Amino acid sequence: MKFSAEFEQRFAEMVPHYPTKRSALVPTLLYAQDEVGFLSDEVIAEIAVRLDLTELEVRNVISYYSMLTTQPRGKFNVQVCTNISCMVRGGEQILDHCSKSLGIGHKGTTPDGLFSLEEVECIGACSWAPAAQVNYDFHENLTPDKIDRVLEEYRKSGKQ
Amino acid sequence: MADLVSHPDEVKVVSRRFGQGATDIDRYLELDGYKAVEKALAMEPDAIINEVKNSALRGRGGAGFSTGMKWSFVPKQSAKPTYVLCNGDESEPGTCKDRLLFEHDPHAVIEGVVIGGLAVGACSGYIYIRGEYRYLSVIMQKALRDAYAKGFLGKNIFGSGRDFDVYWHGGAGAYEVGEESALMESLEGKRGIPRIRPPFPAVVGLWGGPTVINNAETLANVPHIILGGADWYAKLGTPKNGGTRLFCLSGNIAKPGVYELPMGYNLKKMLYEVGGGIPNGRKLKAVVPGGSSCPCLTADEIDVSMDFDSVMKAGSMLGSGGVVVVDDQQCIVKFALRTMKFYRHESCGWCIPCREGTDWLEKTLIRFHAGGGLKKDIDNMQYLSENMLGRTFCPLGDAAAMPTIAFIKKFRKEFEDHLEGRPCPYEPEGAVERLPVLSH
Repeated sequence: MKFSAEFEQRFAEMVPHYPTKRSALVPTLLYAQDEVGFLSDEVIAEIAVRLDLTELEVRNVISYYSMLTTQPRGKFNVQVCTNISCMVRGGEQILDHCSKSLGIGHKGTTPDGLFSLEEVECIGACSWAPAAQVNYDFHENLTPDKIDRVLEEYRKSGKQ
Repeated sequence: MADLVSHPDEVKVVSRRFGQGATDIDRYLELDGYKAVEKALAMEPDAIINEVKNSALRGRGGAGFSTGMKWSFVPKQSAKPTYVLCNGDESEPGTCKDRLLFEHDPHAVIEGVVIGGLAVGACSGYIYIRGEYRYLSVIMQKALRDAYAKGFLGKNIFGSGRDFDVYWHGGAGAYEVGEESALMESLEGKRGIPRIRPPFPAVVGLWGGPTVINNAETLANVPHIILGGADWYAKLGTPKNGGTRLFCLSGNIAKPGVYELPMGYNLKKMLYEVGGGIPNGRKLKAVVPGGSSCPCLTADEIDVSMDFDSVMKAGSMLGSGGVVVVDDQQCIVKFALRTMKFYRHESCGWCIPCREGTDWLEKTLIRFHAGGGLKKDIDNMQYLSENMLGRTFCPLGDAAAMPTIAFIKKFRKEFEDHLEGRPCPYEPEGAVERLPVLSH
């Protein structure tokens, strides 16, 4: 299992920050997932060895955190917030709109592997609602037209 | 990058460097940056604690506990290292203030961590930022690197002979981790499940060492208190509620945004003058004054001073500063359902009243909103919520129960309007058909 040099640098820097090795687990899993796309069996085995944990211990942590996934998903993960501040400003319509235009539902992935869709809990964009995140990028004050344009940009960049 | 707003009534303390380019350490230094740490290095730890106590600074994460008091609980002698932990796992629905702090003024948070550490005898601190805020982690990591490069962190800080390290740590999506003991579990690389207390974190915290845990906004206030003085800070607010607060206006309001207003600012004024009122010719139905855990206030209850004690007296909580405005075209049952759906999703499952209670309440609310509500459900939901209160390891169970009780008490008629197959008055075509009516 080989990670990028950037990952290795981050990992090497992070581990000595803590008195116990396993403390680096959660951020390490997220960085690994960013590279591989999901937490594959291979990634889990590798991280377990590095942090002196069993694979089961690593899986036990993965299943707790909503951003961590053991299933592959689209290159662009569209996460639409429908929590209260977004809901009263049309967050559900944005989710429905994405679902129709992408042809997938909650946690679905398009057949070309470009997009996946998720209804998420509060992402901390309440004052700029309704909002969504595509991977880590925030898109705020959304309207159906605006999210169409956003998705189109990603579609273009993903096909290059 | 989130948009900034402003209003003449704002008193900018923690937001004074917003939009000023203060993520750059040299710019931060021009804006009085790191002067507070230098000043604190020359102070006795007890003097720092007393200054913060006298400033009447109270925890901005939600509980509103005296920060200076919290610091004073840390034992002076400890066999294990003492830590400062900055809680930047901002996830309470309606709250988006720490995001701006990390985005615009990350060094102020770092300074707050160092000063807190000097006060309690710690040599290291951690800044925990939620996983969704990846761009803010990038900003914070750079800020830390810059501070190390200048000699403000690490060995012999500011030539004082003292060492102090501050590290970044990232989450991966979990509301529950915002609770202090779950936060420590998460930082130790485990599932974010709360710990039983006592012992409290001030005595046995991170890796068994004494630990002070403060919200990012709380810590960002500390350098301003050290520089401006406790009296100046305390007088910005109301008695026992020092300073200002970042209020996040969201929902059905004309000018949503994060505004820094003095503690005790009138809520009605906040909504109608600062926030520009309710748009689209609609009327106010309810306000959730401090994030989704707080009982709502009705339109008749908003003439209240926004400080911890006054909002408590009004039957709610100032919470995390998330002011969510709900207009008269919103269905309260649906609002209650969406709130409960959140808590059911985020409940870690450790204690039964929370795990089962949130699930049961969500299922009842789904059926209710779809028109399958029975009269006895209304009282049942209230009874169930009341029996969750105070019966869980951490406040998540309370956070789910308290708003539900208020929705039912204050908007009982809206619940009754959904009874026995009647469609939701606000979604006459959708709700009933979309969801199955469960029998029981």
